[in-house]
Amino acid sequence: MNPNEGNGTIEYAGKLLSVFILAPFAGSLLAIFFPPDQRGATAWFAGAIALLCFLVAAGLYPFVTSGGVLRYDIAWLPELGLNFTLRMDGFAWLFTVLVTAIGVLVVLYARYYMAAEDPVPRFLALFLAFMGSMLGVVLSGNLILLAVFWELTSIVSFLLIGYWHHNAHARDGARMALTVTGTGGLCMLVGLLLMGRIVGSYDLDVVLASGDLIRNSPLYMPVLILVLLGALTKSAQFPFHFWLPHAMSAPTPVSAYLHSATMVKAGVFLLARLWPVMAGTEAWFWIVGLAGLSTLLLGAYFAIFQQDLKGLLAYSTISHLGLITVLLSLGSPLAAVAAVFHIVNHATFKASLFMAAGIIDHETGTRDMRKLGGLIRYMPGTAVLAMVASAAMAGVPLLNGFISKEMFFAEAIETHQANILDTMTPYVATLAGMFAVTYSLRFIHSVFFGKAPEDLPKVPHEPPRWMRVPIEFLVLACLVVGIIPAITIGPFLHTAIVSILGASTPSYSLSVWHGWNLPLIMSFVALAGGVGLYFLMRNYLATSVEGPPIFRLLHGQRIFERVLVTLSWKWARALEQNLGTRRLQPQMRFLVFIAVTAGALPLLFNHFELPPLLVRSIDPAFALLWAVGIACAIGAAILAKFHRLAALVLLGGAGLTTCLTFVWLSAPDLAVTQLLVEIVTTVLILLGLRWLPKRIEDTQENELLSLKVRFRRLRDFLLAVVAGGGVALIAYTMMTRPMPETIASYFLERAYKEGGGTNVVNVILVDFRGFDTLGEIAVLAIVALTVFALLLRFRPQADSLEAPEQQRVQNAFDDDHPDRNKGDSVAEYLFVPSVIMRWMFPVIGMLAAYLFLRGHDLPGGGFAAGIAMSIGFILQYMSGGTRWVEERLRIHPLRWMSIGLLVAAATGIGSWLFGYPFLTSHAQYVTLPIVGKFPLASALFFDLGVFSLVLGATVLILIALAHQSVRAPRAQARAMRSGKEAR
Amino acid sequence: MEIILSAAIGVLTASGVYLLLRPRTYQVIIGLSLLSYAVNLFIFGMGRLRVNAPPVLEPGGVGDLGRFTDPVPQALVLTAIVIGFAMTALFLVVLLASRGFTGTDHVDGREQRHD
Repeated sequence: MNPNEGNGTIEYAGKLLSVFILAPFAGSLLAIFFPPDQRGATAWFAGAIALLCFLVAAGLYPFVTSGGVLRYDIAWLPELGLNFTLRMDGFAWLFTVLVTAIGVLVVLYARYYMAAEDPVPRFLALFLAFMGSMLGVVLSGNLILLAVFWELTSIVSFLLIGYWHHNAHARDGARMALTVTGTGGLCMLVGLLLMGRIVGSYDLDVVLASGDLIRNSPLYMPVLILVLLGALTKSAQFPFHFWLPHAMSAPTPVSAYLHSATMVKAGVFLLARLWPVMAGTEAWFWIVGLAGLSTLLLGAYFAIFQQDLKGLLAYSTISHLGLITVLLSLGSPLAAVAAVFHIVNHATFKASLFMAAGIIDHETGTRDMRKLGGLIRYMPGTAVLAMVASAAMAGVPLLNGFISKEMFFAEAIETHQANILDTMTPYVATLAGMFAVTYSLRFIHSVFFGKAPEDLPKVPHEPPRWMRVPIEFLVLACLVVGIIPAITIGPFLHTAIVSILGASTPSYSLSVWHGWNLPLIMSFVALAGGVGLYFLMRNYLATSVEGPPIFRLLHGQRIFERVLVTLSWKWARALEQNLGTRRLQPQMRFLVFIAVTAGALPLLFNHFELPPLLVRSIDPAFALLWAVGIACAIGAAILAKFHRLAALVLLGGAGLTTCLTFVWLSAPDLAVTQLLVEIVTTVLILLGLRWLPKRIEDTQENELLSLKVRFRRLRDFLLAVVAGGGVALIAYTMMTRPMPETIASYFLERAYKEGGGTNVVNVILVDFRGFDTLGEIAVLAIVALTVFALLLRFRPQADSLEAPEQQRVQNAFDDDHPDRNKGDSVAEYLFVPSVIMRWMFPVIGMLAAYLFLRGHDLPGGGFAAGIAMSIGFILQYMSGGTRWVEERLRIHPLRWMSIGLLVAAATGIGSWLFGYPFLTSHAQYVTLPIVGKFPLASALFFDLGVFSLVLGATVLILIALAHQSVRAPRAQARAMRSGKEAR
Repeated sequence: MEIILSAAIGVLTASGVYLLLRPRTYQVIIGLSLLSYAVNLFIFGMGRLRVNAPPVLEPGGVGDLGRFTDPVPQALVLTAIVIGFAMTALFLVVLLASRGFTGTDHVDGREQRHD
């Protein structure tokens, strides 16, 4: 950072960090809207966004040199220590450049790689989203934010791997990658939460300054293991490596980007990021070192035996990530330098090799090395590029891979900890280096040399000019860095290293020639041994099946699937079978039982005292009323099975008793509403009765009842009695206690003063608790729509289709009398009552208007008025029939409902215009001719909304059900017609 | 008064719960309705039972607050009654649809051996 530059510039530069998140995600959303055939335009667009990010990153370089840090904070949930903090230091900068630069190249490559039938906008939208998530991981300045972006990369990579979702391998590979990395990510989240707890902050700067605190914390081990689970799964380290080869079903640009340069690097990025605060302990050395070493060796060994080009590259990637992990495990600053350097080097040569493999696949139609050969004759340019890149992968001198590999060998020789793992490291490193030479040589030799391929799916030729440009660019980078490292990558690498190591940055030299020393000898041993090994195994490999001997029997995928099946299917099934049931009754019984127990336990433990029974205060009339009510309830319970209509009538009796109770006990509003709802409910259930199956009581049933059924009924009866008794007891106890001071006085005092109405219940509903009421009418609307939607798809049972018995008798009567037309009796049935019902419509409308207008001051209101009006409509349906009504009245319940909801919401929003909170009301009285003086509060408009919505919802529910009997004969006719045609 | 109303709530609850545990959908819908009467009366009762004290003020003034019963439980119950109707309607339609699809009015959508 230049000290001359003011704080303002730094702040401004900090704000630019948001570009790295906003541009890719916004671009991703926009890219979706490109037409699918516009490959070029979409690629230009995505490439421009990646290039923009790259240029911004390049421009920010001066701010991060010599330990400078850019920050951009947006408060998110500051109380919880969660902030949207972006933070860029040298290391993050290096990664940002890597992600954006390779991003640009991959877009260019993908433009030519994707086939005409692939939806390119979807690919590039996902690609940009991935780039944004990856940049988020790199630039997060807050541990939680880091975890969020981390999971985003897992999710987007799932979608990218499964891009060709018609391919089962792609789907399986995507699912496996998501399961493994997602599980790891969740573990990591827990680890990071614990870490934040130790440090007392989630801010990365604070965390990075608290190394000793973390390493000495008793929670260090759990944090270490959990965070490592995240990092090692993401970087495909043994034993979690198996997902990466299966992710190769992704389109090659995805592999070139995600599985070489970016996503799998997130794991080692995290290891390097937290290196200053977590590394250096013995546990770190053992866990990370063991995972890294075994991955390094096994990955390289497995890579030799792959027949799929991309499979070879995938295992090679695993092995190289293992190398980086080993370097980070050593805990020495020099090793950390080598690790960061190798991250960059591996990204360049591996991305170019994936692209080369993609070209070979694209131009020949196969990636199987057994089928390929002699391609240098057809595509010499690609062959040369691939040769240079794979020489870099093998660690041949004068290429970038050589330098970082030398540094690795030098570090492997050093003794860091006196234990067997440390002693083994140089040998394992040399062996792995040898394997690397073998598989690199194999990649080149089996594809480009040897005899020309036969019966390939396509005749091979060079790819389009621009498809090769990204590879040329990357290979050039390999060469330049390999020959003159100190003046090309040197300064940038230094910037990155300083930001990780700070004061403990060691002095190191990036040069090709360090003299004749042990690492160089190890390199030559590896080179010579690797070449020798390849020529020994060449004939075997040319025809062998895929996978290394012995290990090939051990399928990571199969183990993974077994575990998944056991966990998510077998165990879940066993649990369900042993503890669960799909039957409703046991579940209900269990629920009631739990509720009764939960209600009884506190009473038992808190010395519940039964209040004295006051028999004196019984009003005989009230007692008589409830004697009838109780009889109705019990009767309904008994008759509900065999005499549905009787049960419905008795239910109405109980409802009427409830209604009268409200009248008696000073609740006129409730009484009005209850009475009206009672009518509507009865009509509703009456309409439904027709569609239920016939049930004829078997007189002998009682004798035949098995003991089991008797027992079950007795048990339910006892449970019900206990539940009822308990509720009665609690109700009695509560009601006989003196009333404590409640919020009632608040509402009573303010109802008139502030709400402008004397009916306190209504004022509460439309004014004080108006927001609750808005929610409740919204629920009502949702229920009505659900009922409507369910009935649209209603298919009645065949035995309910025919006309009811009474109508059949009436029609038969008409048929027998020549002077009558069929249907006359049905139409004339209850003729006088139906005329009266027709004439009731204006009366009921008047009643509804009356209830509505007086609502604010006297019992009534929108709810009651809405239901009353809907009764008016349903009476018309009952008297005239569906068709008669709909020819004469405009019934638009959906429209009424939406108007109601809009009016209610608009009333609330209206108060914003006057600078008051949502749903603040204003009241005054106005005088209208005829009607007289009535309260006109803004709450009245709200109540109007309630009225309209309740009316619409009730009418919609009732009419939707009533329409079924019109639809049913049509359905019957259709069924008969199709039956005739079939015959 | 209290003793009668609490007995009534108890009987309504018991009948409702018993019907909830029955196998036929129609029994369950009647049971739910009975149970909602019980619950509404229970909540209403929490405001204590008063005769001739509706929470309707005189125009102009509040006066003695002791003359009015508690309006809060009433406001709660009023919306509960309407929502209860909506719930009954929804359940009725689900019941009919279930009968249409499965051919039975058993709550599990298929006949059990004996219930």
